[in-house]
Amino acid sequence: MAERLRTAPRGYKKRSFHVSNRLPSRQRGSHAICRIIRHMTTILDDEPHKSLRYLVTRGGTSFALAAAFSDIRNGLALWPLWLRLGWNDILQRYRRSMLGPFWLTASMAIMVISLGVLYAELFNTPIQDFLPYLCVGLLVWNLISSFLLEGGALFTGVESYIKQIRLPYSVYVFRSGWSKLIIFAHNFVIYFGILLYFGIWPGAVALLAIPGLLLVLLNGAAATLFIGMVSARFRDVPQLINSVVQIVFFVTPIMWRPELLRSRTFIADFNPFYHLLEIVRAPLLGSLPSAKSYIAVLLITSVNVVVVGAFFARFRSRISYWV
Amino acid sequence: MAISSINNKSALSLENVSVSFPIYHGGSRSLKKSLLFRGSGGQLASDASHRIVVQALRNVSLEFQTGDRVALIGTNGAGKTTLLRAMAGIYEPVTGVVRSLGRISPMFDISLGIDGDMSGYDNIRLRGLILGLSANEIEDRMRDIVEFTELGDYLDIPVRTYSSGMMTRLTFAVATCFAPEIVLMDEWIVAGDAAFLAKAQQRIETFVKKAGILVLASHSSAICREWCNKAVWMERGEVKLHGDIESVLDSYNNAREITA
Repeated sequence: MAERLRTAPRGYKKRSFHVSNRLPSRQRGSHAICRIIRHMTTILDDEPHKSLRYLVTRGGTSFALAAAFSDIRNGLALWPLWLRLGWNDILQRYRRSMLGPFWLTASMAIMVISLGVLYAELFNTPIQDFLPYLCVGLLVWNLISSFLLEGGALFTGVESYIKQIRLPYSVYVFRSGWSKLIIFAHNFVIYFGILLYFGIWPGAVALLAIPGLLLVLLNGAAATLFIGMVSARFRDVPQLINSVVQIVFFVTPIMWRPELLRSRTFIADFNPFYHLLEIVRAPLLGSLPSAKSYIAVLLITSVNVVVVGAFFARFRSRISYWV
Repeated sequence: MAISSINNKSALSLENVSVSFPIYHGGSRSLKKSLLFRGSGGQLASDASHRIVVQALRNVSLEFQTGDRVALIGTNGAGKTTLLRAMAGIYEPVTGVVRSLGRISPMFDISLGIDGDMSGYDNIRLRGLILGLSANEIEDRMRDIVEFTELGDYLDIPVRTYSSGMMTRLTFAVATCFAPEIVLMDEWIVAGDAAFLAKAQQRIETFVKKAGILVLASHSSAICREWCNKAVWMERGEVKLHGDIESVLDSYNNAREITA
């Protein structure tokens, strides 16, 4: 009986009822613990049923792929909600300050200029080459690292929502992605300032930065979802990520050019962050990203999406228990 | 049995639903402990896996249909709130199946999503979006909400300047502005000052009457009798008794008198 009980939920088809796993209460009780361990996930089905909402949540151990997809689909459909929530996040931080979110721009500009001047001197490179390179690198890195750094609070920060109302978990991911994009857009003003100051014109190739940026956002969203889930379960993950991100910043060619590596190019080649940066940075500086970078990014993206997707499908239903 | 046969009617059913919470106290929530446990072949097992599991719901099977007004009764910690959350789809069951047909409105924390720095109007819009209304649906209901709150021009200023009574009016008006098929309530919502109370009472009455199914967890027998026709008595995560409101309440009160 116990064996049958364990396997029953796996055999469930959508909307089919299996009354067979109803056992006398004493037998059910005696296997409670095994069931807790084995049936950690649930399969869920949010489908519109005529005009009414049809919702099924159930226990099971399988990868609830359909449920994960419907979470993402329903999350996308709630775009007015996450657009507003994401926008509020920005407003909240800079409310009643005169510059508002342009404080971000200001502090970023100061950092770019001071580091640019200093390092151009240190590396003995002409400032009109180095400053734009550093500026774009820092802008994109800022976006990428915010996905990693703020991922830790993705779900733990919205505990009150998760515990009070059922919303697709992807809503929180889209919200964080959207607010990061807004910040990036504010910072991006600096890029135009630098183009004007140095009289650089990247040309039509700059448009390639758009698909590049979309790929960065997709990878960022997947990473932030993964980090958000793991951090909800293991509370020391955010600290771990903080220190890793710092190291990655120095290892990745942002403040220095990859040419400086000479024969040790593997340091850049095997760094996924370098390729993610490159597909946005190179077009904005007027050059075509290498095919190597594109292939690397496509590879990273597919691995990222598959792994995080599987993880999400497996542990999505546990998020409300973890936060 | 099958929900698909009840067309355009709300329904809510739980089948052998169990929910349990692992208690992650400091130690087991840390990755280090978890990794050490993996790496040391179980030597630190008692440390890392010293996990206490609280079984909040055990094999709960219930079925409700349109017209059911259900009172959830039981002592503190009997699993009432967890059961409501499982019904709302917040906790997906560890085993068993929860099926619902109809829009669910969980009324657990009606001030959810209130942003103190936004104006009353913006908070109404945000709250509406959280409840799953579209922007148009919210604007359609805006007049009704504004009228009900009696806040007038105050709605243009940030809600952090509101008194608690004004805040209650706002959240209450938004929470009850649309008619969901299934209403889940953790304690009866009684809101605001005396003048507002009668109005609120009337509004919540029509709100509840419009709903297909009401599930209300309450400690007050009077409120349960007034609003419900069925009752579920929860004890230690299990359904002790369910059925007609009077009979369940009677045996519940008797049992409590005996133990008291």
